[in-house]
Amino acid sequence: MSFLSFLSQPVSLSHYLIVGAVLFVCGIVCMATKRNAIGVLMGVELVLNGAAVNFVAFSSPFLRADSQLSLGLDGHLITLFIIVLAAAEAAVALAIALCYYNTHATIDVDEGDELKG
Amino acid sequence: MINWHTLFFLLFAVPTCLFAVAVVASANVVRMAMCLIASLAAVAGLYFLAGADFVGAMQLMIYVGGTLVLLVFGVMLTVQGPSVSLKISSANWLMAGLAGGALLIVLLSAVVGIEAWTSKAVAETAPAVEAGHTVAPLGMGLLGIRVDQLSQQDPTLRRGMSGYLLPFEIVSVHLLVVLIGAAHLARAKRRRTASTPATTAPLNPEP
Repeated sequence: MSFLSFLSQPVSLSHYLIVGAVLFVCGIVCMATKRNAIGVLMGVELVLNGAAVNFVAFSSPFLRADSQLSLGLDGHLITLFIIVLAAAEAAVALAIALCYYNTHATIDVDEGDELKG
Repeated sequence: MINWHTLFFLLFAVPTCLFAVAVVASANVVRMAMCLIASLAAVAGLYFLAGADFVGAMQLMIYVGGTLVLLVFGVMLTVQGPSVSLKISSANWLMAGLAGGALLIVLLSAVVGIEAWTSKAVAETAPAVEAGHTVAPLGMGLLGIRVDQLSQQDPTLRRGMSGYLLPFEIVSVHLLVVLIGAAHLARAKRRRTASTPATTAPLNPEP
């Protein structure tokens, strides 16, 4: 049975990268389709997490054969910076969304077209 | 013989991907926020599994505990009535689905196609869970001392020993500036028109 044989196999680096790619594409589609400003923000969070999953996977020395090429602690530190910058970005974007809501009485990003030429 | 790393990987990776797809597919913004919380918590499990224990704990504390609570507050403050679920036209869905599918195919073919990333030689012998003692090296790295690079014999690779003190300081100041700016942007503004009962009530835009 193929599922049981998959369970007996060890996980390689590309399995983690597949998860990162799925998160990234979900975030891109979420940013492109959502009309809610908070929904667009959630897409950005998904994209950042996809990148962070890739960094953590590349920094693990046990997931690939040439383990001396792994990022090691650098990948962990970059992931920490990604998490902190995502928190900062969420705070500023929420403040902007609140201002937008106060002036437009809606959160639909299609309504913000005053700068249209 | 079940490989436990693979089993736990599936246990965390499948909810991550499913809840991420649910974030995209759901139209209700409150439901999107809940799916995003579940997805990012499962990502923290993946971090633990890859040996990044401190990063996984920070993912749970800062992301799931802080950022997403902030997002839920934003949802509660802004979304009400008909704007809870804004409809998206099917043409938009089609275009975004085509572009996203093409991007996914490109990424997956790149990920699976590289030989060094799909080889499992090390993973069969060494359990990744034993790698998880990274708190002290991470703290010293943020202070500028790379204790994990001290045994590095190659002098060209020793340049990586410079540490992360400057990015740490920049991120600290950046976080301070950003939080002050966010508090300034989101403050309750005094209205010039005294007729509105509450100072935080939204203005009605004239069509």
